[in-house]
Parts: sequence; structure tokens; C-alpha cells
Amino acid sequence: MSMNGTNTRSASFWIQAWKRLLADPVARICGCILAIYLVVALLSATGLIAKGWNDEVGVSYANPVFAPNEPNPEGDTSLIREDASVTDDETKAIDPLAPKYEEIAKLERTNADKVTVLQRLLPLGGDKTGRDVLAKTIKAGQISIAIGLAASFIAVFIGVVLGAFSGYFGGKVNDALEWVYNVFTSVPYILLVLAFSAVLGKGVGTVILVLGMTGWTGTYRLIRSEYIKHRDRDYVQAANAIGASHLRMMFLHILPNVSHLILIQLSQEVISFIKAEVVLSFLGFGVPVDLISWGIMISDVRSELVIGKWWQLASCATAMSVFVVAFSFFTDSLRDALDPKSSRR
Amino acid sequence: MHSIQSRAADKGWGLKMSDDVLLDVKNLQVTFRLGKQERFTALKGVSYSVPRNSVVALVGESGSGKSVSAMAIMGLLPRANTEISNDSQLIFNGVDLLKESEGELRDRCGKEISMIFQEPMSSLNPVYKVGEQIVEAICLHKPMSKLAARKRAIELLDEVGIPQPELKIDSYPHELSGGQQQRVMIAMAICCEPKLLIADEPTTALDVTIQKQIVELLMKLRQTHGMSILFITHDLELVREIADQVVVMHNGVIKELGEASAVFDHPKDPYTKALLACRPTLDSRPIRLPVVDDFLQGREGELPKGERARGVLPTDPIVLEVKGLRKSFTAKRGFFQKEEIVAVKDVSFKLARGKTVGIVGESGSGKTTLGKTLIRLHSCQGGEVLFDGKNLMALSQKEFQPYKRRLQIIFQNPYASLNPRFTIGDILLEPMRVHSILDSDKDRTEHAMALLKRVGLAESAFFKYPHEFSGGQRQRISIARCLTMKPEVMICDESVSALDVSVQAQVLNLLQELQDEYGMSYLFISHDLSVVKYISDEVLVMNRGEMVEFANSDELYHSPKHPYTQKLLAAIPGRGNH
Repeated sequence: MSMNGTNTRSASFWIQAWKRLLADPVARICGCILAIYLVVALLSATGLIAKGWNDEVGVSYANPVFAPNEPNPEGDTSLIREDASVTDDETKAIDPLAPKYEEIAKLERTNADKVTVLQRLLPLGGDKTGRDVLAKTIKAGQISIAIGLAASFIAVFIGVVLGAFSGYFGGKVNDALEWVYNVFTSVPYILLVLAFSAVLGKGVGTVILVLGMTGWTGTYRLIRSEYIKHRDRDYVQAANAIGASHLRMMFLHILPNVSHLILIQLSQEVISFIKAEVVLSFLGFGVPVDLISWGIMISDVRSELVIGKWWQLASCATAMSVFVVAFSFFTDSLRDALDPKSSRR
Repeated sequence: MHSIQSRAADKGWGLKMSDDVLLDVKNLQVTFRLGKQERFTALKGVSYSVPRNSVVALVGESGSGKSVSAMAIMGLLPRANTEISNDSQLIFNGVDLLKESEGELRDRCGKEISMIFQEPMSSLNPVYKVGEQIVEAICLHKPMSKLAARKRAIELLDEVGIPQPELKIDSYPHELSGGQQQRVMIAMAICCEPKLLIADEPTTALDVTIQKQIVELLMKLRQTHGMSILFITHDLELVREIADQVVVMHNGVIKELGEASAVFDHPKDPYTKALLACRPTLDSRPIRLPVVDDFLQGREGELPKGERARGVLPTDPIVLEVKGLRKSFTAKRGFFQKEEIVAVKDVSFKLARGKTVGIVGESGSGKTTLGKTLIRLHSCQGGEVLFDGKNLMALSQKEFQPYKRRLQIIFQNPYASLNPRFTIGDILLEPMRVHSILDSDKDRTEHAMALLKRVGLAESAFFKYPHEFSGGQRQRISIARCLTMKPEVMICDESVSALDVSVQAQVLNLLQELQDEYGMSYLFISHDLSVVKYISDEVLVMNRGEMVEFANSDELYHSPKHPYTQKLLAAIPGRGNH
């Protein structure tokens, strides 16, 4: 046995998985997309962008730049012409405010810098109250992604802890936890969510809690079955034989061996919770109306579509779809990278 | 039988070859693509031939390429990442198999060439009855009605020695024993009267007594059907009995090739010599087992001479005493009934300090359960285990904790017993941390490094992960992990069974050296009777959970008293040839 003298740690599992992930072009592209979303969400959370999403910056239903010719009563395509409203002597005679016009015009000129000119064209258009759809989409993305991430952390944490106990100890502990699981899954999901939000009241925190408290069941079953599989493995028995405690075996020995599944579960839950938030908000049980999320935007869009204002739906649907699809592909690549068996295809 | 051969000659696509050669492997070179850049050459230009009506044995350790060459003949290598060199030829009955289309090869497989695998349980489809599977194999190659095929299947089952074939044809694979499953596999393989039967480690997963029956069956079938058998195995002793020709392979190269008698009696290649020498035999017990390196480096003369004396005297101090140990599992039957399945019943023995008790038995005899029960990895349902004056079975979990470091276990599978996410350093430090051995991690690291050196590994191993080591090296790491606690009793549960013969010898030598050095007592559990004979002072034979015989090893092997022990010893391959 020769000493090669290199006392450096060898590439750990995670480093190898990272290398496999980087070797996958799909993962690289989707990772970049997700990174952009996260950066934008962070910038929006710190107030650097999209701070004024709730301000009236354009005319009602301002046209998006890519469709400037859509009819809009207050926009460039308006049929009401400004020069038609020039006041002449005839109107002055019947208009009681006519004598004040001079004064008003003067005030307007002196305060010109203070009055915001309502835009007729906005990058992605405007909504009914003249809010910028781009800013709205960004702010909504920030909240939706935050809800998805936070809720999936809660759900996966609950699922992993309960699943670990149930799978590792089996017996009575398993029976009790299985009972809780069965109760949770026997109630229709939406009903459960409604019950939780009725009790907890409205708010972003509630949405996160509701999704987290109801979404742990899948993770629980997965982790439980993994623990059942691992607890009889030789390496766990060897740990038992050297005198390791139960908690040590559960969380120091077995947990790292199922951690890749937890990571995959986490990313899958993010996607499903973002979609669930949309449904909840659409139904009116989600994010309160003074905030904005992709779900609220879709909910708002209902009345707009009737009068042909499609750009708000287009923006938020595109933003959400791109995020969800990129995240799904990324999750798939992640699973391939984390599962060493699939690495040699 | 010779119609294809003659037709081949008529058409002129038969190569000039002597009529008595069935399969000619010429310069077979197989490379696997592992990654974008990585290549692994499994076979580096291998040539051998299989004459008609003969048994050719391909012998080698894992990674020698013996199975790859069989898979190449059957066209079973994954096409996506396998490269077979253009110079390679596989001439079967005058036709080059490598030039055939997939369809032609598929036609030939099962009909003219068939194969049986190592694991009968996973080779049979568990959701179909065995009859259906045999009928399918027949109907694929012969125009036959289902009914006629079924009749033929019953005949075949009868021929391979399955009792009551009319009944057994309708059983599912799990209802048959391992030996019977392998017989079904053989029935499927011979259903179309193949000319060549490839048997890839057909008995490795079976017990010795069953192994003997299966080998006898294969030899009988070879006689009656006039077929050739390509027998792939790692077990040289098994080959000695059955093969006409032997091909010894190592790392994708043929080391030696020739008539079986010549290879066994006058091996020319040092590797063959080493393989023959490093396997413990029943009639000698050298101080140290020779290993492959001794032969490759021409040091076989420097081995310590003389025999090691074994056996336990009544005056030897006892470290562990087992009295009437009983272990049972409960299985649910129906809604309310429970059935008790006894895995170990009434086992009593004494383990002397610094000595080894070997526990032998076939699979399902309860030997592993016994070992795990002793260190409370299983609960026990009766009996006592006296250690240091205390009954270990009666202690609470907390009271038992300090005893854990004094009783240790090494598992069978070195690939499963090390946590894949821990570095070797973590693995070695953990027991010392748990039991607060030594004061600081710095001292512990030093101690771990010293132990790594002691078991024959480089200190750099400390920072590596288990997957970077071979099976033998991992078993050394397992041993080092146990040594960190300086145990008094070490249970070796099939600890060398998963290793190649040459590595097995090294690990056995290490275990022996450590026993001499630290005075540890071993409980050596194994199904391998030769290994147990070599390492044990006393031997305990188990059958179906019961202790059959317990005696000093020389006594037990020379004059076994119990009929079961006699049967077991008679089944050892190579017994009586020395």
C-alpha cells in the first residue's frame, strides 16, 4: 500500500451530484431561468424594483408596447379627440365652471412637475386602475415564490420528521402516525384548506401555514417507506452495534442517505404549492386583496377578458408557466443527478 | 443434430474448422463506454474453444471478464455502450455470431444456445406459474400446441428431478425452494435441446448440499442430451470434479488454458498456482494462508512453514457462555391467529478467550440470527448469554450500552455495512466519540490512522468515501471500525463470503494476526466449511435453528457424529480428491 500523500477529502456525494447536474444542458438552462426569477424576487422584496406596483401610473387599461393599436378609450387609439374639447365662447356661456378654466390651466402649468402624466403605453400594459402589469407580475411573483418555498419547507419538514419516526420505530408510533395521515388524506383537500383558513384568518402567513400543514402527507409516506427500507440495512445495524443512539441513527446515519429524496420532494412541492396558491387566491381564500400574487392576478382577469383586455392574463400566466416548467425540468435533472444509478445511461 | 453444421459447410460460409469444435471464441475484445471519455476494456483479446460434448470451465475472480464473454455469446451485452472489436470472432457451428442480425441471434438463443443464471429467484418471473414459463420457452422455438408443450414441460420437470411434476407445474416460483427453482431454470434451458448450455455461476447462490445435486444433474443431462456446457464459476474445487477443460481468466486475459487434469495437477501460471493455494483446504492449516502476491512475486517459498494447532482445552478461560438461547419471530395468520416461527432453539456453547468458534449451516439454519441475537441486534425469547458474569439478555438498554463496545460484529456485505455518506474518518471516529474513547478528536484521529495502517490501508484512506474502495478493502475498514473499540468478542457474520478467493485469504490472514495480537475471541459464522475448518478451534453445526453438533474442529471434521454433519461434509466439492 503506497501513501499517495493527498490528505484532501475526496469528492463527496454532493460535489459529484453537482458535477452531474452541470453536465446536463437542460439543468443549466432551467437553472439560469430560476436564478433570474429568484434575483428578481429578491430585488422586489428589498424594494429595489416593482415598489410602486399599486400606484396608478397609466391610463386605465393602458396598452402594452407590443399591442399599441388595441382600442382604448383613454389611450392613443381613443376616439375622443382632445382638440374636440376646446372651449369656445358658446360653451363658456353655458358652463358654470368656464370662468375658472383660466385659473385651472394656470395651476396646471405651475404644478406640471408634480402631476404624474398617465402613460398611455406601458411595457406589459396596465390594468383597470392603471397599474403597471409588469410591476404587478414581478411583485406577485415574489409573493407566490415566497409562499411556495416557505410552505414546501414546512410541509417537507413535517413530512420528514413524522416519516422518520414512523418508519424507524414502526409499531405503535407508526400506527398512531398512520392514523393521523389517514385522517388528513380522507378529508377533501380544498375542504381542509378552507377549514384551516377559516380558523386562522386571512393573510400570507395563513396561506403558507395552510399549504404546509396540509401538504406534508406525500413526503411523509415517501420518507416513511425509505426509513423502513434503511433501518434494517447493515450500516444502520453496524451503527447500532457500536452503540449509537436512536436519534443518531435516524438523523445522522439514515437522513443523509435519503437527503436527495428530500431535496427532490422539496422542489416538487414548491411547484405544487405555487399552483395551489393560485387556486386558493382565485377562490378568494388566499392572499388578501391589498397584496398581489399570481393567483390574485388571474382572479382579477376574469372581468377584463370580457372587454378584451388580455395582457394581464398573458403576462402572469407566462411568468408562472415559465417558472413552473423550468422548475419541473430542473427537478427532473436534479433527480437524475442525485440518483447515482441513473447517471450511466 | 449435425444438419446445420453440414448445411453450413455446403453453403460455404462455414470456416475451416475441425468438426469437433462447437464454439470457437477468437480474439474476443470487449470494451464498455462508461462516460464520455471513460473506457473499460473487460476482455482484452480472449481465445478459447468449446469442443462438442464437453464441459469447459471459465474460472476467475470478479472482474476477470468471465461473465462478459458468456454474455457476448448470447448477445446480451447492452448494445448502447458496448464495443466489440472488429477482429473478434465467435464461431458457433461454423457461423460467426457477431455478424448475425439481432433477429437471427434471438432465434438461436434458447434453441441452440441457452443459459442459466446465478439467481434462480430473480431469473423466474414471480407472477407466472413455472409451467407457463416453460411452455412459453418451448412454444417460442417449436411449432407446438399449448397442450403438447405442457406435456413436454411435465416430462422436462420430471427429467430435472422435480418430485410430482404434474402438481409442481402449476406452482408459482416462490412456492419452490432455491434448488427447485434452479432445476426449473435448467428445464427451461434444455427444453429445445440446445447444443451449448452456458451456466453462469449456477450454484453460487445455493447451499453445498443443493449445489452437489445441481451439478450432478447438469452432468447427467450433458450425457443424455449430448450437449456442451460452458461452466462459469469462481470455485476452482467445484471445477476440478466436472470440467474437461479449464480456462483461467484474470483481468480480461486468459492466464492458463488446458485439460483440467493438467491445470490442476501441474499449474504453470503463477496466478493459477496462487488461486489453487490461497483457498483453505480441509486437510491442512498453514500458519498463514498464501496470497496471490506471494506467487506473482515469487515469494511462495518464504511462507512460514508448519501447521497451526487448533482446538480448545477444558482448562481454557471462557469469555462468553450461551445457555439455551431461543429466538422466534411471530407471523400473523388470518385475523387473530399468530404463528411462532422459531429461528434459533436451545443453542448452548462456550467461547474460550482468544479462540474461535465457527458456526456452520445452510441458509435458513439460523446462524446469522444467532449472531445478531447475541449482541442484541435481535431480541431473544429465552436463554442466557453470560459475559463477564452478567446475563446480557437481561440487561436494560442502558445497562447494555457499555457492553456494546466489548462485543462487535463484522457483516457479510462490505458494500452495505459502511454508511455511503460518511468518510472513512467519520466511520472510524464515530464509535470512539460514542463511547468517549480517548480525550480529544486529535488523539482519536491519530489512533484511527494507526489502525488503518494496521489493517493494511494507506492513511489517505481516512479522507475517502467507502465507494472508492474494493470489497476486500471495505472489509478491512469494517475490521478497523471494530478495532477502535478494542472488543473482546468479535462476531464475523459471513465476513469473507462475499470476497474473491485471493482477497478472502488476505482478510483471513488479517483476522488471524489480529487475534494473535489482541487475544480477541471470534464467533465465525459461515456457510463455507473449508474456511470454517481453517479458522476455527471449535465448530458448531446448525440445522433449521437447532444445534446439531459442537466439537473441536479437527474432531468434527475427521469423525462427524451427526448424520447431518456427515451429509454436509460429503457435499464439499473436492472432498476425497486430496
